[in-house]
Amino acid sequence: MPLIEIRDLHATVGGKPILKGLSLSIEPGEVHAIMGPNGSGKSTLSYVLSGRDGYEVTSGEVIYDGQDLLALEADERARAGVFLAFQYPVEIPGVAGTTFLRAAINAARKHRGESPLDAMQFLKFVREKASALNITDDMLRRPLNVGFSGGEKKRNEVLQMAVLEPKLAILDETDSGLDIDALKLVAEGVNSLRGPERSMLVITHYQRLLDYIVPDHVHILANGKIILSGDKSLALELEKKGYAEFVGEEAA
Amino acid sequence: MVANTETLEQVRSVADDGYKHGFVTDIEEERAPKGLSEDTVRYISAQKNEPEWLLEWRLKAYRHWLTMPEPEWAKVSFPPIDYQDSYYYSAPKSDKDKPQSLDEVDPKLLETYEKLGIPLREQEMLAGVAVDAVFDSVSVATTYKKKLEEVGVIFGSFSEAVQNHPELVREYLGSVVPYADNKHAALNSAVFTDGSFVYIPKGVRCPMELSTYFRINAENTGQFERTLIIADEGSYVSYLEGCTAPQRDENQLHAAVVELVTLDDAEIKYSTVQNWYPGDEEGRGGIYNFVTKRGACRGRNSKIAWTQVETGSAITWKYPSCLLIGDNSVGEFYSVAITANCQQADTGTKMIHIGKNTRSTIISKGIAAGRADQTYRGLVKIMAGAEGARNYTQCDSLLIGDQCGAHTVPYIETGNQTAHVEHEATTAKISEDQLFYCLQRGLTTEEAVSVIVNGFCKEVMRTLPMEFAVEAQKLIGISLEGSVG
Repeated sequence: MPLIEIRDLHATVGGKPILKGLSLSIEPGEVHAIMGPNGSGKSTLSYVLSGRDGYEVTSGEVIYDGQDLLALEADERARAGVFLAFQYPVEIPGVAGTTFLRAAINAARKHRGESPLDAMQFLKFVREKASALNITDDMLRRPLNVGFSGGEKKRNEVLQMAVLEPKLAILDETDSGLDIDALKLVAEGVNSLRGPERSMLVITHYQRLLDYIVPDHVHILANGKIILSGDKSLALELEKKGYAEFVGEEAA
Repeated sequence: MVANTETLEQVRSVADDGYKHGFVTDIEEERAPKGLSEDTVRYISAQKNEPEWLLEWRLKAYRHWLTMPEPEWAKVSFPPIDYQDSYYYSAPKSDKDKPQSLDEVDPKLLETYEKLGIPLREQEMLAGVAVDAVFDSVSVATTYKKKLEEVGVIFGSFSEAVQNHPELVREYLGSVVPYADNKHAALNSAVFTDGSFVYIPKGVRCPMELSTYFRINAENTGQFERTLIIADEGSYVSYLEGCTAPQRDENQLHAAVVELVTLDDAEIKYSTVQNWYPGDEEGRGGIYNFVTKRGACRGRNSKIAWTQVETGSAITWKYPSCLLIGDNSVGEFYSVAITANCQQADTGTKMIHIGKNTRSTIISKGIAAGRADQTYRGLVKIMAGAEGARNYTQCDSLLIGDQCGAHTVPYIETGNQTAHVEHEATTAKISEDQLFYCLQRGLTTEEAVSVIVNGFCKEVMRTLPMEFAVEAQKLIGISLEGSVG
C-alpha cells in the first residue's frame, strides 16, 4: 500500500487555480523527485500537502497512511509524520534552536501518548544528530534561524527532520541558495535518513541536487499537472534538453 | 552576623502572630460601614490598634485625597469610580464562609491551575478553600522564618511591623511615595489594610527569595496593599510578589503602594507576576489595578531592579520607578505586559537620575491581542547634578491580530550635558510564516504562540528568579489562549 496517494488534486491560491489534476503515489521507502519550471505549482504542492492556510483544495483527495490527509489540520499532519523542509526557513527571534526542537519533539511524543523527554535525554539525543550535520552547540543555542547563513538554515532543517523522524519528508527546493560544499553536507544528511519506513518527496528546479540525493522516480510538473514520469535518467535528460522541450515554450 | 536576642524574640513573636491570624483563629466577620469618610479611616486604624501618628497620617492622606483630581493622562478608559459604593475594611473571612472543598470552586479556575501544574494542596490555598491548621505551607513557612531569624531579617505583615517596629515604619513610610503623590496613592495611604514589611540589616545577604506566597496571613490584603522594603547598607534581597495562578477578588479597585529603600551598596530585586482576574471576554468584572511602586536608591552604589510580568487585570496603571539619588546608583526595569480580549494596560517606569554616574536600563516588552490596548509610558529624567548619567531604553511591542493597539510614549528630559540617553523601539506582528512554521513542526496554535511570545520576552524572562520563570513561561502561553485563529 502506498504511504501517500494523491488523486486528481485541484487547488487554488487566492482564487487562482494552481494545481489542476495532480496525481501521484509514493510507496514506503521511496524517494520521488518533482521537477518543474517556476510557477508550475511545486511549492503549492508542498503547502497543500502540509496544510497551510490560504491553499485551498477544490477537488481531489489525498490518502496518507490510510487516512484522509486533507481532513487534518496542519499541526495534526505534522504530528502524523508529514515533515516539510522549507525553502525559506523562518526566523524566530529569542527562541533557541534547542527550545524549539524540544517543544516540537515533545508535541509529537504527547500525541503518541509518550512522556516528554527531559532536558538531559533531549540534549543527548539532539547532539548525536547534530554532530553528523556539523551543527555545533553554539548554533543550537542561537535563536532559531536568526542570522543563519543559507547553508546553516538548510542544515538546521535537516536536523529537525532527523530529530522528528517523519514518515513523509517533503524537501522544498532544499538546494536553493547552497554552494556545492553545503549542498553535499545537506544531501549526506538527507541520505542518512533514507530508510524502508520513510518516503521522500524532493522538489527541485535543478538536476544538481539529484546527483547527491538519487531518486527512485522523477516526475515533471507543468501547469499544475504531472506531465511525465520516469526514473532518474529523466532528470538528466531534462537537464540536457531544458524544460521547454518537455512542457512547451510557454512554460519554460 | 549574629542577631541579638531581642531581635530574635521579636521575630519569633511575629511568626507566632502569623499563625493566629492565618489559620487557627476563627475570626468573626467584621466590616467597616459602606463608603469612605474620616470615620472609615478611624475605624480601620482602630481595628488595627495603630498609634496616633499613623492615624494622623492616614487622615492627612484622606483629606488630601478629597482635593485631588483623578489622574486622566493614561490611555485607559473606564466609567468613573463610585468610591462610596465600596467597603474599605473587612476582617478575613471565617472558614465557614469559604468554599469547603475544590468541588465548590469554579472549574475554569481549576483547569488553569492544572495547566500551570500547581499541586492540589496549593490549589486549595489559592482558591481560598478552608483548610486545616495542619497544612504543609505552615511547616514550610516555619522553617523559612527560622532561617530568616538567624540572620536578623524582618519579614512579616505590615500590621505586625507597625506594632513591633514602629520606629522603622515611621521613619520610612511615605518617604518614597508621599501620600500626596497621586490620587490612588493617597487613597491607599488613607485606607490601606495590610501588606508586607521587610528589613534587611546591614551587610546581610538575605539567604532566600522572600515571597509573599509564604507570608501566611497574606489573604484579604489585596485591595489596598502597602509594602515597604528597606535594605540597609551592603545588604541584598530578592523579593517575589504575586503568583502565576489566577487570583480572584470581589473588590474591583486595587490601589497598592510599594516603597523600596536601598542604602549604601545595598540591592533590592523586586519581581512581580500579576495575574488578577481580567474580566470576561467583554472585559466585565475585571480588576482595576492602579499601583504606585517606587524605589529610592538613597545610598552610593545601590541598586534597585524591578521585573514585572503583567498578564491580569482589566486595567493596569502601573509605573515602577527608581529615584537614583546616591552616586553610582543603578535602576533597572524589565517588563512583560500582555493584554488580550478587552484588557487595557498603561505601564512603564520613571528613572530619575539625581546622583552622579547613575545608570538605568529599561527593557519593556508589550504584547497585545484581541481588542486590547496597551501603552508603554516612560520618563527618563536627568537632573542638573547628575554628571555622567546613562540610560538605555528598549521598548518592543508585539501585536497579535488586527484589532489591538500598542503605543509607546517615552519622555526624555535631560538637564545635564554629560548625560547619555538611548532609546530604541520596535513594533512587530506575529507573522503567518512563523505560525505555520511552528504548526508544521507539530506544535498546536497555542503552543506556537507561546513559543514565539516567550522568545520575544526572553530578555525580561531571564531576569526572573528560576522558580518563577518556569511558571511565568507557561502563564504567557495560557494568557494568550484563543487569541489566534
